[in-house]
Amino acid sequence: MLEMRGRGRRPEQRRRGSSHLVISLFLTATLLSSVRAAQAADINPVRFVTPNGMTVLVLEQHWLPIVQVHALIKAGAAQDPPEEAGLANLVASLLDEGTTTRTAKQLAEQIEFVGGTLTTKAEEDFTTASTLVLKKDTELGFELLADILLHPTFPEQEVKRVRSQILGEMQSEKDDPGLVATKAFHQLVFDGHPYRWPVNGTEETVPKITQADIQNFFSHEYLPNQTILAIVGDIPVEQARALVAKQFGSWKRGTPPSRTVAKPAQIDKPVVRLIEKDLTQATIVLGHLGISRTNPDFYAVSVMNHILGAGGFSSRLMDSIRDRQGLVYGVGSHFEPNLMPGAFMVNLQTRNETANQAISGVLTELKSIRETPVTDQELADAKAYLIGSFPLRLDTTAKLAQVLSLVELYGLGLDYFSQYLRWIEKVTKEDVLRVAKQYLHPNRYALVVVGALAKAKVQP
Amino acid sequence: MPLYHAGRTALLVLPVLLSLWQSPSAYASEVRESVLTNGLKVLLIEVPKAPVVTVQVWYKVGSRNEVMGRAGLSHMLEHMMFKGTAKYPKGTFSRTIRKNGGNDNAFTSQDFTAYFENLAGDRVELALELEADRMQGLLLDEKEFQLEREVVKEERRLRSEDDPQSFLIESLFAQAFLIHPYHWPVIGWFPDLNAMTLEDLQRHYDLYYSPNNATLVIVGDIKAEALLPTIKRLFEPIPKGPSPPLQPIEEPAQRGERRIIVKREAQVPFVMAGYRVPNYTSEDSYPLTILESILSQGKSSRLYRSLVYEQKTALAVGAEYSLLQADPDLFYCFALVKPGQKVQEVEQALYRELEQLHTTPPTEQELQRAKNQVEASYVFGQDSNFRQAMLLGQAESVGAGWRHVEQFLARIRSVTAEEVQRVARRYFIEDARTVGILIPIPPRSEPAALSEAR
Repeated sequence: MLEMRGRGRRPEQRRRGSSHLVISLFLTATLLSSVRAAQAADINPVRFVTPNGMTVLVLEQHWLPIVQVHALIKAGAAQDPPEEAGLANLVASLLDEGTTTRTAKQLAEQIEFVGGTLTTKAEEDFTTASTLVLKKDTELGFELLADILLHPTFPEQEVKRVRSQILGEMQSEKDDPGLVATKAFHQLVFDGHPYRWPVNGTEETVPKITQADIQNFFSHEYLPNQTILAIVGDIPVEQARALVAKQFGSWKRGTPPSRTVAKPAQIDKPVVRLIEKDLTQATIVLGHLGISRTNPDFYAVSVMNHILGAGGFSSRLMDSIRDRQGLVYGVGSHFEPNLMPGAFMVNLQTRNETANQAISGVLTELKSIRETPVTDQELADAKAYLIGSFPLRLDTTAKLAQVLSLVELYGLGLDYFSQYLRWIEKVTKEDVLRVAKQYLHPNRYALVVVGALAKAKVQP
Repeated sequence: MPLYHAGRTALLVLPVLLSLWQSPSAYASEVRESVLTNGLKVLLIEVPKAPVVTVQVWYKVGSRNEVMGRAGLSHMLEHMMFKGTAKYPKGTFSRTIRKNGGNDNAFTSQDFTAYFENLAGDRVELALELEADRMQGLLLDEKEFQLEREVVKEERRLRSEDDPQSFLIESLFAQAFLIHPYHWPVIGWFPDLNAMTLEDLQRHYDLYYSPNNATLVIVGDIKAEALLPTIKRLFEPIPKGPSPPLQPIEEPAQRGERRIIVKREAQVPFVMAGYRVPNYTSEDSYPLTILESILSQGKSSRLYRSLVYEQKTALAVGAEYSLLQADPDLFYCFALVKPGQKVQEVEQALYRELEQLHTTPPTEQELQRAKNQVEASYVFGQDSNFRQAMLLGQAESVGAGWRHVEQFLARIRSVTAEEVQRVARRYFIEDARTVGILIPIPPRSEPAALSEAR
């Protein structure tokens, strides 16, 4: 229930750099639920691996004359050297700022003249580059996407400009209490682990990244055998195959750098960080380490978290803290399903004076779901939602391309679309209780509060 | 969907919607229109590509239908619409939709209030049953209202009070419109929220929530022929309501630039310039739409190229224009100033870009790019049932009518470079401009960040 106005668009840059939050939202929205719909929608992509090792997934959809080509490269911010946090993001941001045959200006003009889009984005575990074009411009879309992935030149003046742009955005992000809180939270939860830094890096690390670092990261990490290409839309498989061969065929296979990052460790006691800001609301993030996307308990955790705080109006957190106490506009809980265990977190905003009441409300719900089994009704409703809402997760070309590439990344297999239903249906009340006990820790959490601290008087 | 995030998302939906407002007949899905005996307009589009459907009920009431001292009443009523009826008590609405695998929510603007359910195609009747029930069956309860008022105040803190840019936008509109209700924010001011009573809500509900003041839009995996009898069975028993008063409030012509300065704790300055422009009723709305694209669409647009890429004085730039407004609104441009740059210089650079169009028309290449962008984004938009339905619902609710959509693209295609120049000269003038500037001030105390283990 929200207020909308025909104005008030925030500057685009707000969306960049809010990496942690965006990832968690996107993945909960796409991978949590899946199946009956998949079958109903007949999602049967063709999968093949090219001679240079690129995994390609093609899904023909002839409803509209549009084509989405979505590349996922298995290198993200988790691969940044500690002293160069923000490197993967800088590389991604520079892909479309000049290639061996096109300047930044030419790239923008060519794709925009046909009304298409070309976007790049670094995440924690991977980087994506996508194009969306009308069917008549399919060749151009493939050509430009391949050009920025195979032949970027990272011109010195563009490196300088984009780096200073990212630093400026980082400063501006401090006006967003949600981002400030999430960043501080990740630093507490992922102490000593690459997930601790925002994808766009820090004010200390980004200025140190040189063109040579960028070039080096690119040449070692951007490899066809580290790339998943999802193609969805009004394009026959044979045409897709031919265009992949033509545009990506010359990409040289390589040996990916070995990954030596250890799994993040659990924090062993409550940790609190309070950040003073002259605001009417306290922005609160509370949580701890969660699970990886490949954890077999992922499905039981999805059901449990739906009941706890991911189920919108019908979740326990919403019911208690919004509807019964009127303390917040929104409250929700999320598990970030990364390749390594991501964070579990509860986010909310409440006026400064009610911060303690809201925090205690959250802890009460965390304890309660660990102590008492959920009701039969709650379990049935949660499973019905997760299964039944699957078609909504796959109802656009862009969503399909993203989900296909993630199913491949996490090694879920293309039968994931038929297995998911079964995994969700199998979850019992005992499973929910077990995973709540195992993965929720109301006694050793990280708590961040951003707000007017004198009014909030946080008593954790 | 989690509400907080739904809200953030929907704010970003509008620009897309704007570009959706075009309809090349080549791809347009067929709209089937019916009007029930009680005046409810029904628009149906069959989209069999996926087994999903969006159901949207649009009421022609928004903050423009409010009076001074009760700003935010429409939005507050939108929140109360989830508090239950005799048949479906509090909490059952969303729970019922959820356990059927659906998502539901609502949004309010200056001109309309809309409710939606996105769910599997075979559950469409459930959503219709629930929407028909609350069209006139809402139970307004004092205790629930007291609680929900606090929720809405938290929403105001979140969206407006604690966000420097939103705060500036709110102030700018209050300056640009002195008499017209676009003066106040959709979410309302705190004193108005506090003064609101249950009687205010009841009166608003009785006056505006009726079939003859609403549009039902359904897009997705449906068979229109088969669904219409169901719609009639559920909605036709609802009696026709009063005819809401027309509110022909005209904002007088502006006679000279207005400026609003906001000083508050913030990291970087923000500059906006809003110009009074006409809505869909004017032929000028088409070249204005092209102008918006030329100025702000993509990295080849004028504002990005000039301020972000070449001068490197802005972190982000944009232009906003929606012709789908019930009354004439603002065309506004903005720039987020890069740290270390002078706000005055960025402001002047914005004007230079606008005024250059006074003397020189856009190039043919620029014009064609803008038209192609408008057309492509229309086709891309058809990929989403929700966006298609929103476009129709909004067109109906602001008074343009959904058929206006159909001729839009043809009209866009015929816009000439000279028209763009003429419109820039007519509207981008200093005396009709309202300027808003956010000047950051340092924090009152040094950020006392402390970590402690307990």
